[in-house]
Amino acid sequence: MNKQLQKDFPILQRKIHGRRLVYLDNAATTHKPRSVLKAMQEFYTHSNANIHRGVHALAEEATQQYESAREHVAQFIHADPQEVVFTSGTTHSMNLVAYSALPLLPKGSEVVVTEMEHHSNFVPWQTLCKQLGLTFKIARVHDDGMLDMEYLGKMITKKTRLVAVAHVSNVTGVINDIPAIRTLAMKAGAWLAVDGAQAAPHLHLDMQRMGADFYGFSGHKMLGPTGIGVLHGRKELLEKMQPFHMGGGMIKTVQKEKSTWNELPWKFEAGTPNIAGVIGLNAALEYLEKIGSAELHAHGQHLSKITANRLAAIKGITVYGSGKGLPVFSFNVSDIHTHDVASYLDQLGIAVRGGNHCAAPLMQRFNINGTVRASFYIYNDEKDVEYLAEGIEKARDFFNGR
Amino acid sequence: MGVEELYKQQIMQHYRHPLNQGILDNADIDFYEVNPLCGDEIRLTMQLQDDVVKDVRFSGKGCAISLSAASLMTENFKGKSLDKLKQLKQEDVLNALGIHVGPGRIKCVTLILKALQRGIYLHERKAEHA
Repeated sequence: MNKQLQKDFPILQRKIHGRRLVYLDNAATTHKPRSVLKAMQEFYTHSNANIHRGVHALAEEATQQYESAREHVAQFIHADPQEVVFTSGTTHSMNLVAYSALPLLPKGSEVVVTEMEHHSNFVPWQTLCKQLGLTFKIARVHDDGMLDMEYLGKMITKKTRLVAVAHVSNVTGVINDIPAIRTLAMKAGAWLAVDGAQAAPHLHLDMQRMGADFYGFSGHKMLGPTGIGVLHGRKELLEKMQPFHMGGGMIKTVQKEKSTWNELPWKFEAGTPNIAGVIGLNAALEYLEKIGSAELHAHGQHLSKITANRLAAIKGITVYGSGKGLPVFSFNVSDIHTHDVASYLDQLGIAVRGGNHCAAPLMQRFNINGTVRASFYIYNDEKDVEYLAEGIEKARDFFNGR
Repeated sequence: MGVEELYKQQIMQHYRHPLNQGILDNADIDFYEVNPLCGDEIRLTMQLQDDVVKDVRFSGKGCAISLSAASLMTENFKGKSLDKLKQLKQEDVLNALGIHVGPGRIKCVTLILKALQRGIYLHERKAEHA
């Protein structure tokens, strides 16, 4: 599908160091199709106004667009619009839950996370647990990067009140079995918070079937603009929680003595939100819907399979992860530093990432400093896989002095 | 334009055969610096005579850029006074390496420089308090 589709992304026409751009840093952020750029430009050009405040025509138009985008998101993830909170991204979403839900827990409660978490689904819990006198526990992963479900089952006790996991690892692409984790959490009476940043771009999201209490994701990893994300939360919980940001838009009444909060979901949207970002996200969802989630998933699976096979054929490479998840691959080449591999590939026009990928606990688990990561999306194809593999082989030979 | 722009022959030479590797006993300056972003680390040891660098060694792990910068610059430190070394700037290291790097790699270039600067600073503070 990709030749035609690539034309929708102006940035893919760019030459990098005189070569065709092979963009394989999609787990960091994805590129934006023309329709997203156009929607945002049109909003600023024709409909720009602040929302929920004015009664003039532009304000009403902007409000209508903003709220219909929320309905669109709700429909996209099979949820109630009241349970869809706009945030700045997954990091904001997870922090919102940490700051607003953890204070509801009794002292001595346990919070369980895993070794494979991105820092944004690790550090907020770790820090808040310390502040609130809660116990912070870390479930481990197997050597192939898969979550050790048996161990997780033992970690979750009667004292566990919240379990926080990634739906998909941003390092290995490994997919966690959320319904199974949900069953474990439910048995203990714990809430489940899921970091969906890597899953949302690839997987069909059905909040009803998944059954997580909280689910966060980012627009910019799924063709939308940066600075916009979503937190889906179960209504009864959101009702109980104190807002994490206070200010305009989130209040019902303000008196000198005390204030009361607005209804859901606005209670959690203080200040002027990223309106153009929401408009852009809406256009990104439209674009993804046109492709269709079945095709999206099939394309990812296909790239995943051929990449796993091709990388395995490279001498001197160590690939981390099961290779059976989403098309996100982490590897090291001989003992060449990740930044040297990444810089070398960059000179060939290939954009990958080197480093710890904001997942230091997983790096410690694998006993490494970092990895090179190649992550694919809809506009990538088999040619990109082959180009990457040849680039890795060239880099290996160059640094090994051959 | 190509890979050789960044990984010039000189850099690859220092990377494959680094100079001044090791740790000096009885070092007057002994400083460990780490770049938390990529986990690169360097330990710089120097022996001084009248505030002039008599001998210098470094050990650590890192990318080709940071290792070759350390190899090349430690060679440059020898025989120089601390006052002179304190004036060394980021540009001097880039010039010595003969490369341009973007914001993503500048920390690799300056790791050795940071170790030098912090090492001298602590050494002088220690001398003041002695």
